Amino acid sequence: MRERVADVHFSDKTPNHSRLTPNAIIRDRTHEDRMSQLDTLKSELLAAIEGAGTEAALEEIRVSALGKKGSISEQMKTLGKMSPEGRKTMGPALNALKSDVTDAIAARKTVLEESALEARLQSETVDVTLPLRASPVETGRIHPVSQVIDELTAIFADMGFSVAEGPDIETDELNFTALNFPEGHPAREMHDTFFFNPKEDGERLLLRTHTSPVQIRTMRSQQPPTRVIIPGRTYRCDSDQTHTPMFHQVEGLVIDKGSHFGHLKWILEEFCKAFFEVDNIKMRFRPSFFPFTEPSMEVDIQCDRSGGEVKIGEGSDWLEILGCGMVHPNVIRNCGLDPDEYQGFAWGMGIDRIAMLKYGMPDLRDFFDADVRWVQHYGFRPLDLPTLFGGLSS
Amino acid sequence: MKFTLSWLKDHLETDASLDEIVEKLTMIGLEVEEVTNRADRLKPFRIAKVVDAEQHPNADRLRVLKVDAGDGELLQIVCGAPNARKGLVGVLGRPGDYVPGLDVTLSVGKIRDVESFGMMCSERELELSEEHDGIIDLPEDAPVGESYAKWMGLDDPIIEIGLTPNRPDCTGVYGIARDLAAAGLGKLKERPHNQTRGTFPCPTNVRLDFGDTPALCKAFGLRLVKGVKNGPSPKWMQDRLVAIGLRPINTLVDITNYMTFDQGRPLHVFDADKVAGDLVVRRGHAGETIEGLNGKTYTVDETMCVIADDNAVESLGGILGGEISGCTDETTNVLIESALWDENGIAATGRKLGVNTDARYRFERGVDPNYMLPGLEAATKLVVDLCGGEASQITQAGEVPDTSRIIDFPYAEVKRLSGIDAPVPEMNLVLKSLGFWITGSGDTVKVAPPSWRPDIEGKADLVEEIVRILGLDRVPSTPLPRTDTVTAQVLTPGQIRRSRARRSLASRGMNEAVTWSFISHDQAVLFGGGADALVLANPISSDMSDMRPTLLAGLLTAAQRNADRGFPDAALFEVGQVFLGDKPEDQKMVAAGVRRGSAAHEGSGRHWAGSADAVSVFDAKADAEAALAAIGAPVDKLQVYRDAPDYFHPGRSGALKLGPKNTLAVFGEVHPRTLKALDVDGPVVAFEIYLDALPQPKNKATRSKGQLQSSDLMPVRRDFAFVVNDDVDAETLLKAARGADKALVKDVTLFDVYKGKGVDGSQKSLAIDVLLQPVKKTLTEEDIDAVSKKIIASVEKATGGTLRG
Repeated sequence: MRERVADVHFSDKTPNHSRLTPNAIIRDRTHEDRMSQLDTLKSELLAAIEGAGTEAALEEIRVSALGKKGSISEQMKTLGKMSPEGRKTMGPALNALKSDVTDAIAARKTVLEESALEARLQSETVDVTLPLRASPVETGRIHPVSQVIDELTAIFADMGFSVAEGPDIETDELNFTALNFPEGHPAREMHDTFFFNPKEDGERLLLRTHTSPVQIRTMRSQQPPTRVIIPGRTYRCDSDQTHTPMFHQVEGLVIDKGSHFGHLKWILEEFCKAFFEVDNIKMRFRPSFFPFTEPSMEVDIQCDRSGGEVKIGEGSDWLEILGCGMVHPNVIRNCGLDPDEYQGFAWGMGIDRIAMLKYGMPDLRDFFDADVRWVQHYGFRPLDLPTLFGGLSS
Repeated sequence: MKFTLSWLKDHLETDASLDEIVEKLTMIGLEVEEVTNRADRLKPFRIAKVVDAEQHPNADRLRVLKVDAGDGELLQIVCGAPNARKGLVGVLGRPGDYVPGLDVTLSVGKIRDVESFGMMCSERELELSEEHDGIIDLPEDAPVGESYAKWMGLDDPIIEIGLTPNRPDCTGVYGIARDLAAAGLGKLKERPHNQTRGTFPCPTNVRLDFGDTPALCKAFGLRLVKGVKNGPSPKWMQDRLVAIGLRPINTLVDITNYMTFDQGRPLHVFDADKVAGDLVVRRGHAGETIEGLNGKTYTVDETMCVIADDNAVESLGGILGGEISGCTDETTNVLIESALWDENGIAATGRKLGVNTDARYRFERGVDPNYMLPGLEAATKLVVDLCGGEASQITQAGEVPDTSRIIDFPYAEVKRLSGIDAPVPEMNLVLKSLGFWITGSGDTVKVAPPSWRPDIEGKADLVEEIVRILGLDRVPSTPLPRTDTVTAQVLTPGQIRRSRARRSLASRGMNEAVTWSFISHDQAVLFGGGADALVLANPISSDMSDMRPTLLAGLLTAAQRNADRGFPDAALFEVGQVFLGDKPEDQKMVAAGVRRGSAAHEGSGRHWAGSADAVSVFDAKADAEAALAAIGAPVDKLQVYRDAPDYFHPGRSGALKLGPKNTLAVFGEVHPRTLKALDVDGPVVAFEIYLDALPQPKNKATRSKGQLQSSDLMPVRRDFAFVVNDDVDAETLLKAARGADKALVKDVTLFDVYKGKGVDGSQKSLAIDVLLQPVKKTLTEEDIDAVSKKIIASVEKATGGTLRG
């Protein structure tokens, strides 16, 4: 953009000429007179420059002194008619005068520009306390279930796991039979299964009651060594404060030729420390029963319930968080592998449940209500992607 | 499974404290859920005798008692109980005592001008039973002054364990004692092998009759005890039954319940005089009914096993006895049944009829077959001891199946699976104390599981037994070694897409929702779903009956719920599965979102810097394009079509496609009819992105981005405005302008859409800004004129419009 100073110059209609053009007087004087006149001219010009209040006025002065017909220029023109002696003294004197005046104008110009800028800036002041709209990237929220799945992925990816998935609508074979649930066994009934209507051939599909069918799908489709975690939606016909007909589970599966329960214990200890972001956490492994693992265990973690809310990693109470065990030989066999050659373990837990434990939501049902107040409060900012190096939930 | 500490000690000789026992139970897999001690609450209540009872001077129904609580002083108590009388020995609560059944702490009171210094309590007031007809009436010799709870045997902690379905042996206190003994917490007391010699043949015969169908009863033992005297069972037995929540009935019935919980052996007793002829165990006949001991009537069918006499069905075998032939106080001849039922048959019948009984619970898990007859003997002894009478010989139908089996057990299996390196003698000791037989020697031995452990199938089960008894804390925590193969990619491309779509939409100010996978049938139909194959047979409610064909039903109703709560400007999205069929490949991943009210990308509602307008189709289009870009779709190659699904406004919706057949996303204002059907108020816009529709990117040989192509020559901008008919799509014009000179036209931006003065009513003016980028030489005026003419010609040809003069 061009400077606006030029406009100011042309629009300024009130220059003060009279005092600044003493050309007629200077002419026809003796050499001494002329020298003293130059001194006078110099002091007048410098005073005028100093007194110029606008850049336009300053420009007027410049033109009157240094312009084509300016006082100094006119003096310069007379040099040619002078005697060599006169020229010798007047020449340098005039040049010095010209240089002094030029410098003074430049200096004054800088001062005037500065103050004009100051004035402009002053006039441009705005109320910076006016509130802005929050940036969308700060107002949107990721659901805690998604965030916790990302946290789990970050933790287990570091241990060499990848993420496997399977369909929600499953066959009885994959949800139960292949997982060593005998037909008619009470363990099946504990699952409160949602069924679809039987097909013409009698097959009855169901909504998977756990993510474990993906264990079978994984073992049948890939050769060990296998290390996967399996997050996903699961379904049981049950509803109260801690049970909803749909919920989320994550399952882990390791199959190879040497992984034993000691490794499982280590993984779960590492997981609990990483997930709950504590340096140490006491864990208790209790024998339990699941048809698809043998031996089977449940895991409790240390917690403190005294303050009305659950604190993980301190206190003297126990809180059950997951079930696990060595994959049952029948299950390994059902996947076409030899249980004497391959072995491994699996564990499973509720994603919603561990989210509630870590982040303190009181009621599971709220997870699925899409109440913006809830998502805003318990959700996560879109750029808070959990990483191990950046802290899972800082 | 509930039992009391003293009951456990009937079978377990131990010095261990309650806390030690509780801890050990949990750590061997018998998780203790609750320990209660009724005596704790009833500690202050004392046995007291009514020394004198007089009529209250001011109330007909009240009496004024003088009560001796054993400390030499007589207390005056006003009492309204009909059985309050001189000489009664009852239970006294004094001022300061808390009465749990009333939730009241007693104080000195005045009842109709007579002072009262406490109360004589009923069983209900002490929360011992529902009995409230009168105050507790104890035997005359009950020790006055002593703690009632202690004297009553209430000071006996009740332990409740959550039993896993694989442990039928621990449905009896004896089995629990066996586990504890094996875990080193004491010595299991030997079970007496009583046999009562029958002096006469059992007059009632029993027959198993399943024809050629699978037998639902494997074996059935029966014996008569004649000349019994039934009545209330002894106090010790009643105390235990009450403690675990059972109601004492009479001695004969109580014995069967006691055996159920003591030994995990359910039995049934018939009043022999009410049984007509012989008993036959068979499948039910359709339409037959039985009135159960629980007072309910059940209709049986041929999948169920019943015990019938000449008259009728007398029992639902292994689940519930019948009322007609049940034993009462008057019973003098009793038939005792001990049978083995088919586990699956019991489970199926119980499920079908909705009957849960202690017998079903045990039989469907599998009772010890070898204890069928010993159990019958033990029950007989109790009957004879407590009720007298003379026992018959046992008659038996069917054979107790031989469930014995041998498992080859390499000891190394324990270390292989658990990591525990335990000495062989220690492992042997565990197995033996749990009742396993071990033969052979060396690295691999033969192990025979006991008859009460149907869950033990193979060596892994033996590992579990050893590990759980030795203690899981002995498992060494062992770091998982890194695999030497290259780690597979952590996430599949599909998973990465979901994550990117999710974070991209959230970064546009939207809130992520997780809504139900099932919606109502009507909603499913509204969005093109509702097929029979996707309807649940047993939905939890009618509005959660169908697998969703869309995420929009859940999101739209959620937006309205938020509006109803006072938040009209909701921007919600969900990334999740929809179901187009019941096969795995019919489950598709979709990212969908809705914006309601004024929930624009920049924010909603009024603002000094510019208030948000009502949401429009372009808000939804922007969301869809942003998310598509985030998942790697070639957004500049997408074409906009007008054929969005019919749940969108037909004139304000579109589809983003990659070629005419591959729809990546749809967007638009939601159709007013759709909103009405869902009871949602507009304005609402929505979009759906079909994440699986985007083709997988080809595996690139290199990640290099290639060289930057930039020209040092100045680009030139030229503006054009065209007047076109209203129905001309901007897309057509832009495409024509872009295609006019592919070498020079670098970018075309539509910067104005104008209707109004100067433009015909059926037309609009579209203004574009064209960026020309020379590559070889600076453009001359002639060059620019030439390309301008090409652009005008191309646009006029494609749109039928004209350059605006």
